[in-house]
Amino acid sequence: MSGQEIWVAFKTLFMKELLRFSRIWIQTILPPAVTMGLYFVIFGHLIGKAIGEMDGFQYIDYIVPGLIMMSVITNAYSNVVSSFFSSKMHGHIQELMISPTPHFIILLGYVAGGVARGLGVGLVVTLVSLLFTEMNIQHPFITVGIVFLTAILFSIAGLINAIYAKTFDAMNIIPVFILTPLTYLGGVFYSVNLLSPFWQQVSLFNPVLYMVNGFRYGILGVSDINPLASFAVLLIFISILFSFAIYLLNKGIGLRE
Amino acid sequence: MSEEPYNLSVNNAPPALSVQHLKKTYENGVVAVEEISLTVQQGDFFALLGANGAGKSTMIGVVCSLVNKSSGTIEIFGHDLDTEPHHAKASIGLVPQEFNFNIFEPVIEIVINQGGYYGIPYKVAYQRAEVLLKQLDLWGKRKEKALNLSGGMKRRLMIARALIHRPKLLILDEPTAGVDIEIRRSMWAFLSQLNHSGTTIILTTHYLEEAENFCRNIVILDQGKVIENTTMKKLLSGLQTETFILDLKEPLAHLPNTNDFKLFQRDAKTIEVELDKHRSLNVMFGFFSQHNICVMSMRNKSNRLEALFVKLIKKSKKAIR
Ligand SMILES: Nc1ncnc2c1ncn2[C@@H]1O[C@H](COP(=O)(O)OP(=O)(O)OP(=O)(O)O)[C@@H](O)[C@H]1O
Ligand SMILES: [Mg+2]
Repeated sequence: MSGQEIWVAFKTLFMKELLRFSRIWIQTILPPAVTMGLYFVIFGHLIGKAIGEMDGFQYIDYIVPGLIMMSVITNAYSNVVSSFFSSKMHGHIQELMISPTPHFIILLGYVAGGVARGLGVGLVVTLVSLLFTEMNIQHPFITVGIVFLTAILFSIAGLINAIYAKTFDAMNIIPVFILTPLTYLGGVFYSVNLLSPFWQQVSLFNPVLYMVNGFRYGILGVSDINPLASFAVLLIFISILFSFAIYLLNKGIGLRE
Repeated sequence: MSEEPYNLSVNNAPPALSVQHLKKTYENGVVAVEEISLTVQQGDFFALLGANGAGKSTMIGVVCSLVNKSSGTIEIFGHDLDTEPHHAKASIGLVPQEFNFNIFEPVIEIVINQGGYYGIPYKVAYQRAEVLLKQLDLWGKRKEKALNLSGGMKRRLMIARALIHRPKLLILDEPTAGVDIEIRRSMWAFLSQLNHSGTTIILTTHYLEEAENFCRNIVILDQGKVIENTTMKKLLSGLQTETFILDLKEPLAHLPNTNDFKLFQRDAKTIEVELDKHRSLNVMFGFFSQHNICVMSMRNKSNRLEALFVKLIKKSKKAIR
């Protein structure tokens, strides 16, 4: 395929993904907005007052970046995992497999869809948060860079999950048993400085910690982690998962019998 | 339409499809393809026949990059599927046996998006989709979700989708399954026209009279192996006799004797005639006139290819035992 044709293929796939989740926005966009609104009310407003300050910020201001990140992560991930898995189960992934569209474009198309939903929901959650508090973004480029790379990373992860999943149940195992704990323990609700030294060390093995803190640094200017380390972790993980996903697609694992 | 024994290879043009020593064993141990080698020349209208489970869809799946082969080589218009997959894939259109589109997408989007995966820009794809959907009588349904189409419409949708990138080779895995007679006829007319304009067509079907009427070359698979690879004409010429059913005007009390052909009475007003292929029908009619038997109508007993098909499969099964 020529460069022009490859671009058309990418655009087709991306637009299709975009349409897919926009059509079902009541399932895809609305629920996170509602959930996060509740988090803001309960943790931020009600309980937050009792907690007082964290790292020099009101509790609600402290958790806003974490909650935005959490929505971006779960939505990017679940968009790709459910879209790719259902196209595998219903067979329309074959439309792509018989076509000359290169595998990296298939990957990029789905990832772009996941990123669009992740960032879209992130934006909606940000707007909801503005009903409860103000936001002065300290480092816009870092903020955008971190959230963008995070959405990419979890979109790729979602695709890998979908490739391996054989049933709808299997599709949910990773999100429930790995993704959610990592996110909740990734410094969304607290600063790791509150933990004992041992658990602080353990937390450093949690990649989500780097993303949440990188993002928090971008918005608030405070972080448990050096933002460069956040970028480094993201780029390393993206390279590894990207190569792995391409390998799986080339081999046809989970797709071709 | 079976004229000359067909060899369409011109100027050493590479065959549309060449399958060499293909083997496929599924993960569960089922040997779906034991050994298939076959060649389909450019411009051919080619039938791939075989009983359920013979390995037709598996072979097609390998050719279309949907199934991983165990061994063997596939070339499409001279492009090896392993080393030049993009060229090979760009030349094939597939109408699969099972519906495999997204049922929640509107008809026209399914067709246009498939074009997109071949690098065809939206505008061009839209124009082509319009032509195809009109030809296949689906234009009125273009905005419907595929979910809301009837079975026959879904098949036609898959044909439109397979043609959006104007493939030189069209592979149809049971395109007429579940399609009513009228649409089936128009579908065949459509496919014939496509073939005349240069598209090579390979199809599988269990309606053998269709294969007999339209296909020039034929391969019969049984248990993952080629048991017959010939032209339709040669295959049918292997049949020594033909059986006709005749409806009579008056009930027949007594069946006269003859050595020219075999006669059986099915009921008072129906008889069966088994005639040597090389004998003229006039012999038969002369005989009836002579005995004052008035024949009102006549038809073939069953599809000739069907009888042959059953015989070949039986023979192959015996050989295996
Ligand atoms: N995905 C699969 N996994 C395991 N075995 C399979 C799979 N698909 C097909 N088979 C087996 O491979 C053999 C050939 O099947 P295939 O679908 O190729 O037959 P076919 O000739 O297309 O039959 P039909 O006329 O019924 O469509 C069968 O024994 C079938 O059970
Ligand atoms: Mg089949």
